[in-house]
Amino acid sequence: MAKQYETVIGLEVHVELATKTKIFCGCSTEFGGAPNTHTCPVCTGMPGSLPVLNKQVLEYAMAVGLATNCSISRYSKFDRKNYFYPDNPQNYQISQLYLPICRDGYIEIETLSGSKKVRIHEIHMEEDAGKLIHDEWEDCTLVDYNRSGVPLIEIVSEPDMRTAEEVTAYLEKLRLIIQYLGASDCKLQEGSMRADVNLSVREIGAAEFGTRTEMKNLNSFKAITRAIEGERERQIELIEEGKTVTQETRRWDDNKEYSYSMRSKEDAQDYRYFPDPDLVPIMISEEWIEGIRQNQPELRTEKMKRYREEYDIPEYDIDIITGTKKMADLFEETTKICGLPKKVSNWLMVETLRLLKEKDMDADQITFSSRNLAKLIELTEKKVINSSVAKEVFELIFTEDIDPEQYIEEKGLKTVSDEGELRKVVQEIVEGNPQSVEDYRNGKEKAIGFLIGQTMKAMKGKANPEIITSMLKEML
Amino acid sequence: MQITDISAVELSRKIKAGEIKVLDAAKAVLEKIDALEGQINSFVTLDREALLKKAEELQIKIDKGECNGPLAGVPIAIKDNICTQGMLTTCSSKILHNFIPEFSAQAVIDLEKAGALIIGKTNMDEFAMGSTTETSAYKVTKNPWNTDHVPGGSSGGSAAAVAAGECFAALGSDTGGSIRQPASFCGVVGMKPTYGTISRYGLIAYGSSLDQIGPITKNVEDCATMLELISTYDEKDSTSMDRVAHGYATDFTSALVEDVKGFRIGIPKDYIGEGVDPQVRDSILKAAKALEEKGAIVEEFELGLVEYAVPAYYVIASAEASSNLSRFDGIKYGYRTEDYSGLHNMYKKTRSEGFGPEVKRRIMLGSFVLSSGFYDAYYLKALKTKALIKQAFTDSFKKYDMILGPTAPTTAPRIGESLQDPIKMYLSDIFTISVNLAGLPAISVPCGLDEKGLPIGVQMIADSFEEKKLIQAAYTYEKIRGSFPTIQKGE
Repeated sequence: MAKQYETVIGLEVHVELATKTKIFCGCSTEFGGAPNTHTCPVCTGMPGSLPVLNKQVLEYAMAVGLATNCSISRYSKFDRKNYFYPDNPQNYQISQLYLPICRDGYIEIETLSGSKKVRIHEIHMEEDAGKLIHDEWEDCTLVDYNRSGVPLIEIVSEPDMRTAEEVTAYLEKLRLIIQYLGASDCKLQEGSMRADVNLSVREIGAAEFGTRTEMKNLNSFKAITRAIEGERERQIELIEEGKTVTQETRRWDDNKEYSYSMRSKEDAQDYRYFPDPDLVPIMISEEWIEGIRQNQPELRTEKMKRYREEYDIPEYDIDIITGTKKMADLFEETTKICGLPKKVSNWLMVETLRLLKEKDMDADQITFSSRNLAKLIELTEKKVINSSVAKEVFELIFTEDIDPEQYIEEKGLKTVSDEGELRKVVQEIVEGNPQSVEDYRNGKEKAIGFLIGQTMKAMKGKANPEIITSMLKEML
Repeated sequence: MQITDISAVELSRKIKAGEIKVLDAAKAVLEKIDALEGQINSFVTLDREALLKKAEELQIKIDKGECNGPLAGVPIAIKDNICTQGMLTTCSSKILHNFIPEFSAQAVIDLEKAGALIIGKTNMDEFAMGSTTETSAYKVTKNPWNTDHVPGGSSGGSAAAVAAGECFAALGSDTGGSIRQPASFCGVVGMKPTYGTISRYGLIAYGSSLDQIGPITKNVEDCATMLELISTYDEKDSTSMDRVAHGYATDFTSALVEDVKGFRIGIPKDYIGEGVDPQVRDSILKAAKALEEKGAIVEEFELGLVEYAVPAYYVIASAEASSNLSRFDGIKYGYRTEDYSGLHNMYKKTRSEGFGPEVKRRIMLGSFVLSSGFYDAYYLKALKTKALIKQAFTDSFKKYDMILGPTAPTTAPRIGESLQDPIKMYLSDIFTISVNLAGLPAISVPCGLDEKGLPIGVQMIADSFEEKKLIQAAYTYEKIRGSFPTIQKGE
């Protein structure tokens, strides 16, 4: 009988924090910018420069720790991780090894097989490195230190996951928590969230873990799933062939769906960690932790509960809207302006989702403002425009965030409510379509639809169809 | 009397009173340098023209009353590991032979704000690693009292320049005695304040947890004045302390009072025991006696742990240095080897060629003690020793206002003598090193000459933030001692 294997997975997740400035200096963390323009003596490792901790980094790390049920270290320190590489201007990375800021947490995940706790071993703060750019033309390598010193937290889980599904659920949950906290936008594709997968296999029932490998370069949930499947197969194959799994770091190539060895444990560097003498130990008071706990924004579970109580919208809508911070914020802001939660929910659930799908976008990429959506809803409610015009205008709001009021005014899209003018047009339609009038009068109810359509056409869509209907009926 | 014979504070007074022009002070210093520099080698970098131009600009400011600080117009030298914007800063190392900082150290900014005239950069042991200024990649500085002898180190250039009248005062840095020991060897005053008092921003780090900038001056008044100017809280340095906010005032000149009545002074028995030159011992005891006669209470006591300071220091300082100096890799600034193939080879050749033997020795030592498997046995143990030494001092300061002893066990050794035996050189730092480990303030004041005519320094150590006690005692002692003999050489 074939042996049954179990996969054991732990994750190391790097999250880029959403601070405006870097972790140890005042330089901007903004993406882009010409190479080495978001730099200063500190983040380029100039002699004599010294790091000073950005307090916001610490508070975000604590907030994430509290939201993932960690205990916050009252006494925490930064350590230097020493290694030579040009992307690292000091040739050491400031990180935390001995006394990380958060420890012993967990998050609860839901999968088809039910709910499960995934324990978090620790969360620590560290700085990102610069980027090396190889210039093929000049055959040299250039360094851009714009990303050097961008704050990161690394969330290290215990080896509690057993399937790719659990890993995805864990990452989704983590991402949502961090997004809700506003601590990061957590975009895997753009690298503001990066996951390294530690994986080993063992026979079901075995007491000991197998030898694990660490997989890097996983840029999407799909890549993570494929890499887990691939690595599981590779390890099982080795074991079945009587070979052993080597403890090593591997790099996943998602195009080839194949991983290759980067370095084995034997080649692992000695990082010579020691406490950074340039940074004083961080002492965290009970009051400080309590303050952060108090100011913790509402997380998803609480938000869903509140929506059920406050807004009369379907459970399905609540689930989708709270599924991203962006949607939830948009929903709440728009509702606050127009006071019509059901209408807002409709626009988000129908038109917004349709356009997102059509344009292959994530909710995070929405750029339109709550103000313009609210205006559109109000205009529709007051019947200043009809629903088909509203849909047209919404597309422009979605793409360009136009002011609907101004647009309608400029393009003359207001529904004509001047009865005299409308009556004249209806009169002309009735006179011009004797056959349809005849049909209607003979009891063919459907014929009125044609007449309504013709009137709308003549009015270029700017008429209120209900008024037209009642006028037609009256005339006929 | 020459201009260069007066003190820094006195010079500034005369400049502000219009009796001496800044330009004349600058020229007097340059003349002195012309006469002596060939024998002494205090400076690594000196820009004469810029200096004269700056002197004229400063004079205009002083005349307008825009600049009336206590050191306004005073020519001051800066140790070459302290960054000066636009002025070469090499740490006396080949690896930084072309490094021009884009910012000045906070201490330099503070001095310039107070109207000091920065004249140049002084020679030092490479990256402040050494006790003789012989490990400099550029030149060996000589002791102005006797050019066959070293000036001490690592701030040997600063101490020699002040002693020789090549400047009126200087900044040094002190990681294990690098201000106090050369001050002692050169017959000038040198002080290391409590760790955290002076911003380290712009000081090119050697042992970050021990490094402090401090003044080297002709007398205690200059020392207190200069210290007061540079003891500013700096948000750019996490280890900088806002002393005033914590109730540790920095009005050091207010302690220039001639009074030691009731001062309790302890002399550690180990500081005057075996290994201390008898002439040094006698001179120290004489200084103690002088203070006793003025009303101080002097007694000998057991400090303990003295022999552990040197090994603990070399583990901690080297560990930090091995990491601090890794940024010098040929990539971003400084020296890069000419021929190389690939990144690893470039690193290796650049650093092999760029660093001198003493720096390499300490990088290797530091890398070793931080290696996995050795960290606990060396680095952690050294940190524990450091804590115990600090505790021994704290206990002593329950009984004494200050501790007194020699700054160094001998007077300045002959040139070349120390390099042959690094362990012996390390051991000569025995009385200064523990002060850095404990983060305490200490001052070295000249107290005599040995039979070779070389200066001896008395070291006074106080509890953290008690600089004023030191200044008061040192000032009082200086008054009792009277004027110190001036150097006859090269006059």
